[in-house]
Amino acid sequence: MAYDYAPFPYGAPPGLTAPEPRHPVAIVGAGPIGLAMAIDLAQHGIKSVVLDDNNVVSVGSRAICWAKRTLEIFDRLGVGERMLDKGVTWKVGRLFHGGDEFYSFDLLPEDGHKYPAFINLQQYYVEQYLVERAQDLSDFIDLRFLNKVTDHTDHGDHVTLDIETPDGPYQIEADYYIAAEGAGSATRKRMNLPFKGQTFEEHFLIVDVELPDSPFATDDPERWFWFAPPFHPGQSALLHKQPDNIYRIDLQLGADTDPKTEATEEKVIPRIKAIIGDMDFRLDWMSVYKFRCAKLDNFVHGRVLFVGDSAHVVSPFGARGGNGGIQDVDNLGWKLAAVLNGASNTLLDSYNEERTHGSRENILNSSRATNFMTPKSEIETLFRNETLNLAGKHPFARKLINSGRLSQPCTLADMTLQTGTHPLVGHSLIDMPMGNGWLIEQAQGQFTLLTLDDANWSGPHGVRTVHLAATQTAAQRYGRAGAFLVRPDGHICAYFETPDMQAVSSAYTKAMGRRT
Amino acid sequence: MILNDNLGAQGDTLYAALMQAHEGLSAEQSHALNARLVLILMNEIGDADRLTALLKEARNTSLG
Repeated sequence: MAYDYAPFPYGAPPGLTAPEPRHPVAIVGAGPIGLAMAIDLAQHGIKSVVLDDNNVVSVGSRAICWAKRTLEIFDRLGVGERMLDKGVTWKVGRLFHGGDEFYSFDLLPEDGHKYPAFINLQQYYVEQYLVERAQDLSDFIDLRFLNKVTDHTDHGDHVTLDIETPDGPYQIEADYYIAAEGAGSATRKRMNLPFKGQTFEEHFLIVDVELPDSPFATDDPERWFWFAPPFHPGQSALLHKQPDNIYRIDLQLGADTDPKTEATEEKVIPRIKAIIGDMDFRLDWMSVYKFRCAKLDNFVHGRVLFVGDSAHVVSPFGARGGNGGIQDVDNLGWKLAAVLNGASNTLLDSYNEERTHGSRENILNSSRATNFMTPKSEIETLFRNETLNLAGKHPFARKLINSGRLSQPCTLADMTLQTGTHPLVGHSLIDMPMGNGWLIEQAQGQFTLLTLDDANWSGPHGVRTVHLAATQTAAQRYGRAGAFLVRPDGHICAYFETPDMQAVSSAYTKAMGRRT
Repeated sequence: MILNDNLGAQGDTLYAALMQAHEGLSAEQSHALNARLVLILMNEIGDADRLTALLKEARNTSLG
């Protein structure tokens, strides 16, 4: 069934008739990143106003693949379980060269994690769940649809925004301005900030179709990727299942393609029939894209902060766009809340340090996948094809095939906020069962001293203590003794062998952006 | 012969480095680079039995 795009309500904002009190945070863009940002801030007790020029969730096929770490963040934001219930959990990926399957992998998750490696769920559902969650937090989140930000001025200690509505223009002030408008960020363009990177010449057709039956060999949802399939000679193709029996198809079209002619039913329907055979289907969405990998040099510009696609864009292979953006939110939420509550604004520099690093890693991985899939010279094609040939027989070559390295959280080891060299420092929490629930439910959202032994641990003011019972899983994932200091975003920032209060306190001070 | 993965986490980086080495070369120049690279790698391995097996394997791998 096609998704019902119900418009969100618009109400005339108070600023039209009288000046509004200064808002702590203005978030521009009510996509998944802007909405998640508002929810994260609300959960840290910070009010925000969210402004969007539109009044409906994102239309069509956009982000579909949500990684485990993203789901763990969404769990903290209160929508993870809903996404898991609705989403399609897939495990098996198959790679084909020509008509032959030559490699399959099973993402069979290790036991003892609340969330699977990946789910597929259309972006419009994610946005709907986030809007509903934001509406539940209406004491903190002021959602304003059909409010288009046309200009902004950074005054050093606050930002003014010019906004247009169906009832006319008005202005507001905010302590901080978060640009979450997506790849075409008007804020970025207004500020004339260079957005540097690589544009790929290949066009890709993206189609969503509703099918009556599974096109896979089994009823289980899978991910099928073809290099040079018989139905689409010389190019690549991807088939992936989403909820509501909607399947996403990505077809590489080559560089010399007219996007307008290609995105027509006349051209698209025969291409789909070539893949799925003679099955009735409903065309839900089609579009033709070229991909780009680019980022801002700096995500923090005075009182203006960039998150998600407004700060960095990647090609879709590896699902690092939406997943990368959610990690920006996770990283920035607690820091901005702390700064608004009086912490040093060097914490915002650490957002820049940690997330520009994450986005460089995402760009590197998705660029490599795109390069592998779309060789740009005779010799690159030769190497690619011979890798595929060898992969039919030799495991080493399978490892070199790159149809997207699926999103993993980056490590923040050796960065400003972290202390020490324990191998887990910088990593995000590895989930495990805990009591009747899960570790990620109990150790995220605020600073946590996660203790492994019975020594007399206690954290400084602002740090709660959570004891992890000594089980075999705990020993495997964390060890048997000592304690970890976990940031509100679930990243481990220090390890202590013994309950040295001064060491804990100084690691906490460092993680809060203050010099020790 | 090592036919299981021996590059570990560096696989993508090294594949990209190989492509980088060919960047901007004509097909003929790339062909020559590959020849030089094979000769250098042969010397690097320096084991006649292994090299003979590798040559045979490369020759015999099906053309898909």
